[in-house]
Amino acid sequence: MRLLLVPALAVIAVFALALGALFQYSLLAFVPGSLRTGGVTLENFRGVASPQYLGYVWDTVVLSAATTVLTLLASYPVAYALARTSSRAARSWLLILTLAPFFTGAIVRTYAWLLVLGNTVVTWPVPMLFTERGVLVGLVHFSMPTMILLLAAALSHVDPAYERAAASLGATPARVFWRVTLPLSMPGIVSGSLIVFAWTLSAFPTPELLGGGKVKMIANAVKDLALDSFNWPGAAAFAMLALGLTLALLAGVGRLSAGWHAE
Amino acid sequence: MSARLAVALLLGFMTLPTAVVVAVSFNPTAIMSFPPDGLSLRWYANALTYPQFQRASVNSLIVTAGATLVALPIGTAAALALERGRLRARNVWATLLLSPLVVPGVAAGLGFLILAASLGLLRSRAVLIAAHVALVLPFVVRSVWVSVANLDPMLDRAAASLGATPWRTFRRVTLPLLRPGLSAGLLFAVIVSANEFVVSLFVSNRVTEILPVAMFTYVVNYTDPTIAALSSLFIGATFLLVWLADRLFGLAAVFLPDR
Repeated sequence: MRLLLVPALAVIAVFALALGALFQYSLLAFVPGSLRTGGVTLENFRGVASPQYLGYVWDTVVLSAATTVLTLLASYPVAYALARTSSRAARSWLLILTLAPFFTGAIVRTYAWLLVLGNTVVTWPVPMLFTERGVLVGLVHFSMPTMILLLAAALSHVDPAYERAAASLGATPARVFWRVTLPLSMPGIVSGSLIVFAWTLSAFPTPELLGGGKVKMIANAVKDLALDSFNWPGAAAFAMLALGLTLALLAGVGRLSAGWHAE
Repeated sequence: MSARLAVALLLGFMTLPTAVVVAVSFNPTAIMSFPPDGLSLRWYANALTYPQFQRASVNSLIVTAGATLVALPIGTAAALALERGRLRARNVWATLLLSPLVVPGVAAGLGFLILAASLGLLRSRAVLIAAHVALVLPFVVRSVWVSVANLDPMLDRAAASLGATPWRTFRRVTLPLLRPGLSAGLLFAVIVSANEFVVSLFVSNRVTEILPVAMFTYVVNYTDPTIAALSSLFIGATFLLVWLADRLFGLAAVFLPDR
């Protein structure tokens, strides 16, 4: 029975080999105009620590934080409706509408926002396309299905009897929400926010197309270095940084959720 | 009532881009206007006859079919081992198998590109398919694992005690009972692979690129509604798949526990 795990581990080994190659290149010297590399060096990481690249990291963190907050606010009502509706048909429709953009690929969705944020549908009072505002709208839209599903799963664990009990003891609906529903759904809020934040840190197609080269996040800078400048070692160092940030964050999620399950 | 309105508005926000894409795809002119001043199917004809899209569609079919055919049996075997293998540190193995999910696309993509270059495989689809297998595997393992966990091991023992060989037990008892998990795994594998973009962008060229990469290149270079037409076809197919999936095995059971 245990041997059945071997093929899957072989697949993971290939994946690990690719990440190993990435790590190796991040420590090799870049020879301009060539894909050959020089000797072992820390120069690539020094390059990543330059003001230009730290600026991309800062922009990425700010955009990801804003995306997380807005996504949380926009997803909570939908997740609540999804978890609490008693009609089977309504739940199916809410789920399909939530999942459909999740399953439509990133390019189709981003192209759609390209049309909406350009002045095709409405004329925007402020420029939207190729600005951080526009990228933010696209990122929130991109993150909502994930957040809705995580929040809905957490909310369906909250027994509605607690809400009814609070209401029967005279709490107003607002008070029931602030004192009962919201605190009980906190595990979903925290893990959903951290996952959305971590995923947005490595967002690529949304800032690439909606930012039009004017808004750059970490992944866009990696792509520019790797595929336009052919500086694979530099790109590898920056990609390692993105990988480290994401893993550190997700390790945080694991710790938090383990803590909650232990309670 | 205002809560309902808020939910409706938010769902509107989520579906708005899709609606706009479909509307624009019937636009008669290359200059996009909304609402369109007439109806035309010329962009659909354009999308279906554009040679690079045809080539990319064939590549997509090869890569997605290849990755799914490899990942489905491997993931199913892994799910069986995880649930029934009496493994020490089962969570560690599970985390390892699900780990490709959390690696940023550009890191995995550049890693596979460097690996392909060092193996002299830059022009082949092998690396592309290998990358897709790794990216799709977590979804297969998770979906099938749920089904294996719900399976009563007594049924296997009953079949064995009635004289069935282990293979016959697997074929006639275990596999049919795993059908819901296998269907969900298949659906996820196809959708994730068909839509994979970032890693594919790094490890493919004009000859081997799959449809999302070809669409990205087109969007960067041209502004006419051809992509809107192609996107509409994509959206239609996805909607159909999700709706079918809901009909066949109830999405609520997969995504909302305890219901």
